[in-house]
Amino acid sequence: MRAWLRRVWETDPRKDPNAMLYIALGLFAVLFPVFANVTTGGNPNFLMSVAGDAGVYVLLALGLNVVVGFAGLLDLGYAAFFAIGAYTYAFIASEHLVVTPLHSAIHMPFWIVLIIALFVAASFGVVLGAPTLRLRGDYLAIVTLGFGEIVPRVFKNAATWTSGVNGISALDAPTLPVWLTGPWANTPVGLVTNVKIFDPSAYYVIMVVLLVICVVLIRNLQNSRMGRAWAAIREDEVAAAAMGVNTVQAKLLAFAIGAAFSGFAGTYYGAKLSLVSPENFGFSVSITVLVMVVLGGMGNIPGVMAGALLVYYVIFMLLPTLPDTVTSLVNSIGLSSLTQQSGDWPGIGEFVNRLKFLIFGLILIVVMLVRPQGLIPSRERQQELTKGTHDDTTIEDVNAEAGA
Amino acid sequence: MGAAGDTIKAGRRSLRTGITGRILDIGLYIVIAAFLLLLGWHVVQAENAGSYFAQITYFALANGAIYALIAIGYTMVYGIIELINFAHGDVFTFGCFLSASLLPVFQLKEGQVWGPGTILQLLAVMIITMLACAVLNVAIERIAYRPLRHAPRLAPLITAIGVSFFLEGALFLWKGPSQIHYPAVLPATSWSIFGANVTLTEVTVWVTTIVLVVALALFTDRSRLGKAMRATAQDRDAAALMGIDINRTIAATFFIGALLAGAGGVMYGLSYNTTVFDLGFSQGLAAFTAAVFGGIGNIYGAAVGGLLLGLIRTYWDGYFDSAWSDVMIFAILILVLVFRPTGIFGMRVPEK
Repeated sequence: MRAWLRRVWETDPRKDPNAMLYIALGLFAVLFPVFANVTTGGNPNFLMSVAGDAGVYVLLALGLNVVVGFAGLLDLGYAAFFAIGAYTYAFIASEHLVVTPLHSAIHMPFWIVLIIALFVAASFGVVLGAPTLRLRGDYLAIVTLGFGEIVPRVFKNAATWTSGVNGISALDAPTLPVWLTGPWANTPVGLVTNVKIFDPSAYYVIMVVLLVICVVLIRNLQNSRMGRAWAAIREDEVAAAAMGVNTVQAKLLAFAIGAAFSGFAGTYYGAKLSLVSPENFGFSVSITVLVMVVLGGMGNIPGVMAGALLVYYVIFMLLPTLPDTVTSLVNSIGLSSLTQQSGDWPGIGEFVNRLKFLIFGLILIVVMLVRPQGLIPSRERQQELTKGTHDDTTIEDVNAEAGA
Repeated sequence: MGAAGDTIKAGRRSLRTGITGRILDIGLYIVIAAFLLLLGWHVVQAENAGSYFAQITYFALANGAIYALIAIGYTMVYGIIELINFAHGDVFTFGCFLSASLLPVFQLKEGQVWGPGTILQLLAVMIITMLACAVLNVAIERIAYRPLRHAPRLAPLITAIGVSFFLEGALFLWKGPSQIHYPAVLPATSWSIFGANVTLTEVTVWVTTIVLVVALALFTDRSRLGKAMRATAQDRDAAALMGIDINRTIAATFFIGALLAGAGGVMYGLSYNTTVFDLGFSQGLAAFTAAVFGGIGNIYGAAVGGLLLGLIRTYWDGYFDSAWSDVMIFAILILVLVFRPTGIFGMRVPEK
């Protein structure tokens, strides 16, 4: 521990910002409940719940980062595995199976389903990947896109098993066999058994623990033999194969591991929301997660996490509240006539509401144009871009430099 | 840019060699045969089998023609810069919206009496729409893709998604969130062929598509710019060394792709008489699938793929449960890619 702290302290943050970023993210995770408590005057449940949902996306982004960032495989249907994870939990941790042809419910504990969903999602990753990972480049992206479109539709149409568009509701809450209770819950100190977890803060804690475990796992993976194989494949598949990397196996593993993390995310999501519905796993989820990964800085774990938090904040917090913010701003500077609807003018609030797509699109374009490598890229990638160690120098560049 | 016959032949050779390729091909044929048998069974079972089948076929061909018009833009852009241009579907929607607004401007309204003058007016609307879409697409390329040509591969993909959001947002601002009526300007004339009605709209869609695809094929095969486009698609650096202006060629590709998408927008409006701001998402996804069916990067492939997709989807909707038609299409897409990774037309996969 001391050695690690020393190493972190002695790293130059200008060269490798990661150590500092991990500390910053950790501090953020610890301080966020305090912040939520203070800003809302002791009623942090809403903010904590939102933070838990944001954590789901961070988890998804971390998983997709293994596929896209490490192994360089473009996955456009990542939400499918997320859906599979969530439905796994819905099937084996609720009363739902009673109304299916099976006629008897299964109630597995949340903690065990986490592991089961991990394997279920990973197996689907293998099933999809095994025949298709031999494909080159973007063909894989298209296969995953197709898979991502198929899975939610199957859940939607196979109504005898999944209740169709209504989704499956009343999923079991996670329980702890034993838990300590005390004055903070207005009871005397003692042990309680079979505690159901409903409190958003508890979900927040579960998410933070999940994230810490996943970050440690993914970091170790990245530095393992397999991680180096992924990097080699990402940079040049032919060369990697020539060096003896079993490219199909390595790609399959990246695919399965990426899927496994979204199995995690799906289980947590199902348990927290207590509802799964096919509408929540569409193409837009896959795209959002991909945007988080690329915008944050592909292949760089803290970058991806920061990107996920930022994009989540913009999509789910900033943009939905923007119309109200602008309306009150306009009112406060004395232009309240703008808030009224008249003729074609829908009123400033509604106008800004309609601008949401446009603003989000602009943010994506501008950020990528300004920082094509992502907000917090990995060191390797940054150097590749600035120094051009790749075959990126083309005749066009040469012409441009020669002033031709 | 698969117009080069020799490239296609080379691709076929490399795929057909080896016992694995043979087995995979046979697997694909079995899947296709199974589908056709199933379809055939249902076709014969239906009431008024002949005329119902003919009716669906006419509709399917018109549907497929519209997919083909959009798919060609996807395939051309992918062929030349290996980018899945997510914004392309929204350029198509822009065409649909713009022409809906232009029709009244050109004095075309529902229940119009038709004469040579009105045909010219409709042509003018179509040409203006196509040009506007083309200019828009070139601007998108200039602003959002060109600066990222040497950036990591996914950066332009994200800006493409951004542009798609931006365009959808702009269309949303323009005409609001609900379905918009597209004036049904074409007369409701129809002819009875094989016991089913062929409408004038369907004929218009077929003729427009055939004219545009043939013109495009001639252009890429015969013209200097078309040759430059094929060369750039094959090897950008070598093409640049041969004195081809890469930026201009890529811009031309975007221009031509959007011309067809604009025409597709008009055709879609005339066929369905309704449009909505996020139409480009679903149509774009379907058209992109069609481009992959035909072997992405191959113009003829995209045209045939679009037609096939239209047939498969419409037959499925006509004879089976339409809730499953998307599942079916994407399942076929995955199977095609597993058995024939380069699409049915077997274009060479860009290896870079």
